[in-house]
Amino acid sequence: MEASAPAHPAPASSSPGRASERTRSERRLAWMLCAPAVVAMLAVTAYPIGYAIALSVQEVDLRFPDQGGFVGLDNYRAVLTSDLWWTDIFNTVFILVTTVAIELVLGMAIALVMHRAIFGRGAVRTAVLIPYGIITVVAAFAWQFAFAPETGFVNNLPLVSDEMDWFGGRFSSFAVIIMAEVWKTTPFMALLLLAGLVTIDGQLYEAAKVDGANAWQRFTRITLPLMKPAILVALLFRSLDAFRVFDTIFIMTRGAQDTESVSILGFNQLISRLNLGLGSAVSVLIFFCVFLIAFLFVKGLGARVEEGRPGG
Amino acid sequence: MRRGTSEYALWSIGIVLVLVFALIPVLWLVSLSLKPPDAITDQRFIPAEVSFDNYKSLFEGGIGDSPFIKPLINSLGIALITTLVAITLASFTAYAIARLEFPGKRLILAGALAIAMFPPISTVGPLFDMWRSIGLYDTWPGLIIPYLTFSLPLAIYVLVAFFREIPWELEQAAQVDGATPFQAFRKVIVPLAAPGVFTAAILVFIFAWNDFLFAISLTSSDASRTVPAALAFFTGESSFTQPTGSISAAAVVVTVPIIVFVLVFQRRIVAGLTSGAVKG
Repeated sequence: MEASAPAHPAPASSSPGRASERTRSERRLAWMLCAPAVVAMLAVTAYPIGYAIALSVQEVDLRFPDQGGFVGLDNYRAVLTSDLWWTDIFNTVFILVTTVAIELVLGMAIALVMHRAIFGRGAVRTAVLIPYGIITVVAAFAWQFAFAPETGFVNNLPLVSDEMDWFGGRFSSFAVIIMAEVWKTTPFMALLLLAGLVTIDGQLYEAAKVDGANAWQRFTRITLPLMKPAILVALLFRSLDAFRVFDTIFIMTRGAQDTESVSILGFNQLISRLNLGLGSAVSVLIFFCVFLIAFLFVKGLGARVEEGRPGG
Repeated sequence: MRRGTSEYALWSIGIVLVLVFALIPVLWLVSLSLKPPDAITDQRFIPAEVSFDNYKSLFEGGIGDSPFIKPLINSLGIALITTLVAITLASFTAYAIARLEFPGKRLILAGALAIAMFPPISTVGPLFDMWRSIGLYDTWPGLIIPYLTFSLPLAIYVLVAFFREIPWELEQAAQVDGATPFQAFRKVIVPLAAPGVFTAAILVFIFAWNDFLFAISLTSSDASRTVPAALAFFTGESSFTQPTGSISAAAVVVTVPIIVFVLVFQRRIVAGLTSGAVKG
């Protein structure tokens, strides 16, 4: 919904001197109110990314604290010439594209149901919020236990081979990972799309019906074009979110079977191997990838990002 | 076109499918958690016999020995403090953005949006190093600070959207009656804003409750390890048995209250998540 920003009441004073003093005190108050949040937001983003850039051009390995020093772009060269980085980029982009594509279709269907349902709207809203409320790690365990050959019920289902070792192969692992991700994040996509859907004027549909347009025509000629901004913003936020995929992969495979994502690679270098130099180069490269995705959406596709909102 | 029985049937099937798909993992965890240890591998969706052994083992040994009680306290404490601080700071900021005129407003909104897009992994390394040198590693504040940073954008956007709906004249009236801008904020806007604040609080709490990356990177013991991180480190009876039963039981304990809560406040949460476009 578009908040109708109330016009700011101009200080109705006849004296311009008083008015500007009032404006000044209002500004002071505003800045004081904003300062703590701004500091808190910058403290753990701007400063650390600067620090990460500084670490990434040094040799910093906490297992060998005596070594070190400025190494220029060697860490970046090491990352960018390794097969592992490019495998992980492929994995991350593969998971991103598949999950976001599936979510767009499912999320749109759910948003339409929530918007136009003849009945059962409450039931769908309830169903949609269950995945939202569940810890990602818990959801990942639930799906892992469901597909694991020893404990899972999935291999007992009809049409599924009893012997299927889901986590034994790369793309079968991806299938389970993508399913868990889709399950967890489709609700958010649906809600973002719903927010766009409610802004469409219902009279357009009535007019189209009078003109003889069927349901599919109304969807493709009215809903989709008018929702393009909402869809682009939803895709942008979900893509950035999907690019960070970490929890589900960590729980399900820990990157085994070549299923590692770039976030897992960064974590392994930084926290498991304590190689802060190399790990920071990975971190900075991930930061640039995210920047690139946002840039492509905004400049390439014209996503009006200022109309978006941070995800939950 | 007439809305016939076939259309109703289609809707019903769709709704049932959505419900089933949403509920399966939850029911599956409940089922696993109720299976006795020797039946955990029976691959049945509905347990043949019900036992509460998995739940008992979670809480066995009290706070000292239980693998679960301390992480549960950490999770609750860290998420609640994060929520309290984030909502306080975000309310100040959102009030200024929604109600006051000042240069830098657009910059703050744009900055908040940029932080919402920021990849957390990019800050993990520096935070790990910084927290170790200033003593915040493996402490509650060590997790609360990054959670604050990454939940503030969400809280600010939700609150700005809600604050803009509040009738502006009431605050003016209070100021005409001699209230200072801050009094007008505290005594007029805060009570009117309570529903929006509550919604933002739920979203921030869920965010902090859900985090895994910071929780495993910036903690090393039960001093501050939260439930998602603790689950990843659960061990079975011996090193050869999977702790499937205890993980499931712990998962149910941390999931069911949140689901009940989310369902009770579902209208608010949907309103918060769809509170939509905010222009600077």
